[in-house]
Amino acid sequence: MESRICIFLLKALPLLVLLGLSGGCSLLRTAEPAVYSESEPVIKPGIERRTITEADIDSEDFEVGAFVGVMGIEDFGSNVVYGVRASYHATEDFFFEAAAGATRADETSYETLSGGAQLLTDSQRDLYYYNLSLGYNVLPGESFIGSRHAFNSALYLVAGVGNTEFADDSHFTYSVGAGYRFLLNDWVALHLDFKDHIFESDLLGTDKYTHNLEGTVGLSMFF
Amino acid sequence: MRTDRCTLVITDARTLPCSRLFIYILLLWQCLQGAPVLAEEKYHEVRVVEPYLEIHTGPGRGYPVFHVVDRGELVEVIKRRTDWFMVRTRRGKQGWVRRADMELTLTPDGASTQFSEAELGDFTRRSRETGFLAGDFEGANIMSVYADYYLTRNLSVELALSQVFGNFSDALTASANLLAQPFPEWRLSPFFLLGIGVIYTDPNVTLVNEQDRTEQISNVGVGVRWYLTRRFILRAEYQNHVIFQDKDDNQEINEWKAGFAFFF
Repeated sequence: MESRICIFLLKALPLLVLLGLSGGCSLLRTAEPAVYSESEPVIKPGIERRTITEADIDSEDFEVGAFVGVMGIEDFGSNVVYGVRASYHATEDFFFEAAAGATRADETSYETLSGGAQLLTDSQRDLYYYNLSLGYNVLPGESFIGSRHAFNSALYLVAGVGNTEFADDSHFTYSVGAGYRFLLNDWVALHLDFKDHIFESDLLGTDKYTHNLEGTVGLSMFF
Repeated sequence: MRTDRCTLVITDARTLPCSRLFIYILLLWQCLQGAPVLAEEKYHEVRVVEPYLEIHTGPGRGYPVFHVVDRGELVEVIKRRTDWFMVRTRRGKQGWVRRADMELTLTPDGASTQFSEAELGDFTRRSRETGFLAGDFEGANIMSVYADYYLTRNLSVELALSQVFGNFSDALTASANLLAQPFPEWRLSPFFLLGIGVIYTDPNVTLVNEQDRTEQISNVGVGVRWYLTRRFILRAEYQNHVIFQDKDDNQEINEWKAGFAFFF
C-alpha cells in the first residue's frame, strides 16, 4: 500500500515540478511590466537584505595611555613625572586630550645654600596637575626604519587649560606643547611629548608666571 | 606569512647586532601585528562597484595610495578611525579608505552601505552631550566639565563640575541645571539655564583667618550652542549666580565662559 503511494508520488513529482515552474514563470510574466516601472523592484527576495551601517564597524577614535618623563618646576628643580592621558580623535586633524600627572619639587638653590631654611613642607612639595587640551596634527606622515618598515606617525600641537595643585594651592594653568605620535601598529602608539605648564605663583614673594617644562615618553592604545 | 615575518626580524638582528633596543622594538611590533590576526575575527565585507577603490597607507588625506582594488572585488572592513576605514583585500593588502569612497561600495548582496557622518539633523536629535568650558568667574579663572541628557528636543538636564582659581581663594562647584532651547533645529541655537548647586570655598594659605566653607548657589544663565561639524559643538554662556552665604548678605557672581562639546 505504501509502495503504491510512493509510486504515485514519484509519478506526480515531475508534474508538480512542472506546475511549480510554470506557476513561477507565469508569476514572472505577470511581474514583467514592473521591470520598466520604477516603483516596483524586479525581484522581491523573501530574505531581508542587510545593509552595513556605521554601527557595525568597530570605531577606534579613543586613545588612552600612560607616560613618564622629567618635569622641571621653576625655582624648584626637576624631577620624575608620570601620568595618564586620554584622547578623543574627532577628525583626522583635531583631537581632544585630557591628561593628569604627578611630580615632586626639589629644594630651591636658596634652600640648599642656606643649609636649613625650608620654604615648603614635605607634603607641599607634591605637585599634581590635570589639563584639557585641543590638539592639532600639524605634520602627519610616515616614519621609516630601514628600507622595510614604515610606521604612521604625526607631529602634533596641543594647547589647553587646567589645574596645578602645588604648595597647598590650586593654580589655573595654561599648557602648550608639541608631541610626536609613532604608531607601532594600527592600535598602539609611542609618544614623545614636550609641554610647558604656565601658571601664576607668589611662592617667592612676588606674583610671576612660572614656566614648568615637561618632557615625557608614553605608550597608548586606540580603542 | 607568519614565518616570513620571523625570518625578517632575525635578518635585521644580524645586520644590526649592536642595537638591541631596536630589535626589541621590532619584536614588540611583530607581536602586536600578530595579535589581531590570531583573533581570526569575521569582518563585514563590501563590494567595489566604482571602477576602482583607492587604498592609502594611513588614515589621512596626505598618505599615498599604495594599492587599488578593482570593480567587483570584495574587501573586509576592519575598523574605522575618524573619517577613514581600515580594509583588507582578498590578497591580504591592508590599508585605509576614505569615508566618501566607502559610501560608494555595496554589501556582497547588493544593498547600499551607510557610513554617513553626523550632520545637522543628528545635532537636532542628539540625546547626550558632554564638553568642557573655561572662562571668568567674577575676576577669577574657571574651568568646567558638564554632561547633558536630553529629555525632549527642547529640554535637557545637566550636571556640571567647576573649579575656580581666585587670588584669595579657590573653589569647587557642583550644579544640577535645567536647560531649555527654544530652537533646537537652528545651527546657532540659544538656550536658557536654571539650576542649583553647592560651592566649596577654600581660602588661600596666606589668609589664615578664613575658614573653608560650603554654601548653596543658584544659577541663572543664557547661552548659545553652535554646531560646527561632525559631533562638535561650540558653546558659550553667561551665568548669574547668587551664593547663599552663612553671613547675612548674599554674594552675586557673574560668570562668562566658552568651550567645546561633542554629542552622541
